[in-house]
Amino acid sequence: MTFNISERIVDDMVAAGINFVTTVPCKQLAGVIDLVEKNDQIRHVPSNKEDEGMGLCAGSYMGGGKPCIIMQNTAIGVTVNTLSALIQFYQFPLPMLISYRGEVGEPVACQVEMALHTKPILQQMNIPTFHFHKKSDVEELPAILAYTQMCKKPTAILTDASFWRAA
Amino acid sequence: MIRNEVLKSIVPVITDELVICNIGSPSQELFSLDDQPSNFYMLGTMGLCSSIGLGLALSQREKVIAIDGDGSVLTNLGTLPTIANNVADNFILLIIDNGSYGSTGDQPTYAGMKTSLAAVAEACGCDHVVECQAEDTAEELKKALAADQMTIIVCKCQSGNVKVPVITMNPVVIGDRFMKEVQKRNA
Ligand SMILES: [Mg+2]
Repeated sequence: MTFNISERIVDDMVAAGINFVTTVPCKQLAGVIDLVEKNDQIRHVPSNKEDEGMGLCAGSYMGGGKPCIIMQNTAIGVTVNTLSALIQFYQFPLPMLISYRGEVGEPVACQVEMALHTKPILQQMNIPTFHFHKKSDVEELPAILAYTQMCKKPTAILTDASFWRAA
Repeated sequence: MIRNEVLKSIVPVITDELVICNIGSPSQELFSLDDQPSNFYMLGTMGLCSSIGLGLALSQREKVIAIDGDGSVLTNLGTLPTIANNVADNFILLIIDNGSYGSTGDQPTYAGMKTSLAAVAEACGCDHVVECQAEDTAEELKKALAADQMTIIVCKCQSGNVKVPVITMNPVVIGDRFMKEVQKRNA
């Protein structure tokens, strides 16, 4: 497969009607964030913390926008209350494109600690979770984005180091 | 003046505007004074009122007033640089600054001590920041609405709450009713 993964992800987001993206950076997501910033069909609003970003997304959705948040899995530790008391309580659809740090291939030991909590927290919160490990897993993204709008829930797309290495 | 008196004084000004209202006493007091489909009440997530308001203002044409508090803004201080750098001229952030965490028993906040939220907003790069006394809030709000530019108003008032019931309206109903109103006004 010769396609560029970051381009593919942003193209799929635009095709799904996503027009408002907030980001807190991660090295693995740098290519996607760069393309989001350059895309003129997406308003990119960088946020300083992920719960702030989810507030922006909630407002955008109520204004008729189709938001998405791009963040690291460490953010799951920051946003539990916001996911529960804002996004889930009011039933706002919110796709979360998440870099899944701390999996095999991770150079930073501390990232492993939060990686171990990531899936259990998402499961505890009944958040539909999808794990992109191989490059071809990206083919599921359009269906996941449609599913998120259909069920009006936050959904987690975990993208690990192997996925990005294959890119 | 306490918050409830400030809200009473601005009801005639905000009744036709899209309002995002801060969690706890502010939402409960506004709900009791002047419930409208154009009001969105926060039932959880302390701090995110200004973020929800900015996201809404950036995504549609109508004017948006976020009625926030000093404690809430301090909880989400990162919101001010985001607001400053993503200008929405249909957005007004009204911070009702009573120097206390009103909903939790009036514990003092740093905004009532050495920290000036107006000075913080200016330092973050917000262009139109107004600090006013409680009794001038309605007038400042009218001016900001007429000016068609993003404005942060810090209203200095007394600490204190009135006894009003909690909001029992279903959150999905609050959101759905509000979104239909937003759609109607943008049609
Ligand atoms: Mg207060």
